[in-house]
Amino acid sequence: MPKVKPHRTSPSLDMTPMVDLAFLLVTFFMLTTKFAPEESVVVDTPSSTSEIKLPENNVITLTIDKDKRVFFGVDAKQTKIAALQKVGAKYGVNFTAAQAKEFGDLPNFGIPISQLGSYLSMSKEDRKSINKTAPGVPIDSLNNQMIDWVLESRRANQAIFKKPTYIAIKGDGGADVPTVQQVIKILQEKDINRFNLITDMENRPVAAK
Amino acid sequence: MSEIQGKADSGGKGGKKRAKKMSTKIDMTPMVDLAFLLLTFFMLTTTFAKPNVMQLTMPVKKTDDVEDTKIKASQAMTVILGKDNKVYYYMGLNTPNDKSVAKPEMKVTNFSASGIRQIILTRQHQQPEPIILIKPNNEAKYRNMVDILDEMNITNQKKYALVKISKDDADLIKESGL
Repeated sequence: MPKVKPHRTSPSLDMTPMVDLAFLLVTFFMLTTKFAPEESVVVDTPSSTSEIKLPENNVITLTIDKDKRVFFGVDAKQTKIAALQKVGAKYGVNFTAAQAKEFGDLPNFGIPISQLGSYLSMSKEDRKSINKTAPGVPIDSLNNQMIDWVLESRRANQAIFKKPTYIAIKGDGGADVPTVQQVIKILQEKDINRFNLITDMENRPVAAK
Repeated sequence: MSEIQGKADSGGKGGKKRAKKMSTKIDMTPMVDLAFLLLTFFMLTTTFAKPNVMQLTMPVKKTDDVEDTKIKASQAMTVILGKDNKVYYYMGLNTPNDKSVAKPEMKVTNFSASGIRQIILTRQHQQPEPIILIKPNNEAKYRNMVDILDEMNITNQKKYALVKISKDDADLIKESGL
């Protein structure tokens, strides 16, 4: 009887298609990735069932953390720098070109404009420690720098990109409502009535009838 | 690049010296390792998901020639957000100065699915077009505000307004002792 020989296959398998796929994906992710900028303040946003996405650009983000601090950020670099010069001129603070460039790279900030110059000259590590104790952008009725930042950014964005800006409010779940309401009220006084509240995703429950 | 099967014959019998044939196969494992390492890195650092947003439209700044819209007591329902995730609510309007209107009965509930959501849904059955006034108390958290706005979306409540809490409402909570 002829012996049944098990069919022997080579233990090394052809990895070529797998490598092809892996590199294809690597290339895809490399090209599409946009690194998440390091936020200067950590907020834990509440969740909602809303399915509307935040627009890609022309967004002004007002971050409100647990300690009633307001952080201001705009996405476009040019808008940021233009707004910095305008607001700086209003408060009589001048910035060097290096500081303005540094400001363009900041995702957001939360300090009064008088301290902004020295903040921009600091190293990244020093800024991190400052952010923990920063007072936030002032929103008092006497010293309301936030509205200046918002208005100048809107104007600059309109001039540069010819597009209106969206106001996104990114509040911490534990932030208190009076602060949020004050921010909304300040903006309402300047005829800004549409807000986007940034939230996490949550599955929509079925409302029983 | 295709793999060539079978091993190249190396070393021969007989004393004849042959040029050593190198295998055409290269070990791709380190390359694959690197490729997957990069793949994992980019997959994890990429910011694909844009955050979700909830749209909130506030009324236009009040001008003198526009009067406040009055709402009927039969339609009104007030929801007050208190501390520790408590939700106070009452039907109708709270007008302690007007003695002809009975004082509304204050009740308390929470943000669970069987809490405020059911109350709004029942109210929608009783009254076809209720108007909900949302009044966050000064001790309420922003999370509560988002939650209640979310409940409006879930229950399909069209008419609601985010208003400041009045002193009368604060007094009513105190009196009710809830």
